[in-house]
Amino acid sequence: MIYFDNAATSWPKPPVVSEAMTRFLTEAGANPGRSGHRLSVGAARVIYHTRQAVAKFFNAPDPMRVVFGHNVTEALNLALRGLLQSGDHVITSSMEHNSVMRPLRWLEGQGVALTVVPCSPQGFLDPADVEKAIRPATKLIVLNHASNIVGTLLPVAEAGRIARQHGILLLVDTAQTAGAYPVDMQQDNIDLLAFTGHKSLLGPTGTGGLILGERVSDDTIQPLILGGTGSRSEEEMQPEFLPDRFESGTPNAVGLAGLSASLQWLYERNINTIRQHEISLTRKLLSGLDTIAGVTVYGSKDAERQTATVSFNIDPLQPSTVGLRLDEEYGILCRVGLHCAPTAHRTLGTFPAGTVRFGMGIFNTAEEVDQAVQAVAQLASEEA
Amino acid sequence: MKQFTVILVHSSSHAMRIEHMLNQKGIACKLIPVPRHLSSNCGLCVQIDKSDQPAAEEVVKVSRLDIQGFFDTYA
Repeated sequence: MIYFDNAATSWPKPPVVSEAMTRFLTEAGANPGRSGHRLSVGAARVIYHTRQAVAKFFNAPDPMRVVFGHNVTEALNLALRGLLQSGDHVITSSMEHNSVMRPLRWLEGQGVALTVVPCSPQGFLDPADVEKAIRPATKLIVLNHASNIVGTLLPVAEAGRIARQHGILLLVDTAQTAGAYPVDMQQDNIDLLAFTGHKSLLGPTGTGGLILGERVSDDTIQPLILGGTGSRSEEEMQPEFLPDRFESGTPNAVGLAGLSASLQWLYERNINTIRQHEISLTRKLLSGLDTIAGVTVYGSKDAERQTATVSFNIDPLQPSTVGLRLDEEYGILCRVGLHCAPTAHRTLGTFPAGTVRFGMGIFNTAEEVDQAVQAVAQLASEEA
Repeated sequence: MKQFTVILVHSSSHAMRIEHMLNQKGIACKLIPVPRHLSSNCGLCVQIDKSDQPAAEEVVKVSRLDIQGFFDTYA
């Protein structure tokens, strides 16, 4: 079996992840931060270590500004719906996932003005177009770091520089890059960083969060969820300090234990080494697909300018047909169709049919890429 | 009975942060439930030796955490 659906969620996970989760459940499985006994303190300590590991991984200024949630969608909702109010203006790109687009469209209905800056048919964004869209009421630029359909990298550091010049904030959706491509909050000028634990960070599902940079005043973001935090129990008003302001209810502590282990595992392997491995897989896949008659590849077609996610179609087959045959006849697991990003598909010219998406990851090999290229070539030759 | 100092914080996450930073400085500490006479808060606080209070105050300053304060207690 060849697992090429890492853009949806990574698989397999390093063994240390399930080991850490088992250890948490058997040795420290109490409610973190609620009680003072040893198991509760142990659980809180595990979560703190994860918070610190996340801050270190993204070069965030302070672990207390790492707010855990259940995935990147929740983090993006917190940032967008917590920050933007009627009368504000927000800028995004035409390559966004629905995790950004749906909250933004909803906010439009609440009186927030939205500009969607068009990207090129390869998915590239010109930062100058972002700057041109800035108005006096602009509060935020929100961009994905890389497309979930074609992996094209967006110029977030440049957008961040522009945001700073104009006194506005930059929110980055790192769903497709965290763990696969270097992300540095300081160097990339990121004010709000939304991440998910279960993709290239190799952690379990149900983990993720939002990191607040130093330029973000936390009282300007309204919490989405209110409730028990284990702190200020005598008060019925939500605490204002971080991270409790945004972390009500019992957290996914067992998941965060797994994420802590995967972050350590990634850290030991070095993000640049991982990136080089994925570049070489991507280059191999792109050059292999390029030689097959009837195959159209979308996106940058340049391994240096994208993640290890590649989208294509085999003329005249439907993506769903290709996906089913790859699974049943070749044991290749991928995602097909529309990838929760309709505007991005329109930008790429793949709406409404969608694409076949190969999402490669750290555990994939050059041999698997060769096998996949042969499988695609065989399917294409049957149609020629 | 021995006299200790406790650092009262607003959140268990802050207690974890201070514990970690004290450990890094080689300052012994223990996380304990907040003594009832100091606060009605249900959470944790950080207990240290009274002699370590000046060093711990420096750690708290570096952490930039807003804390409730340092209090004497007996254990």
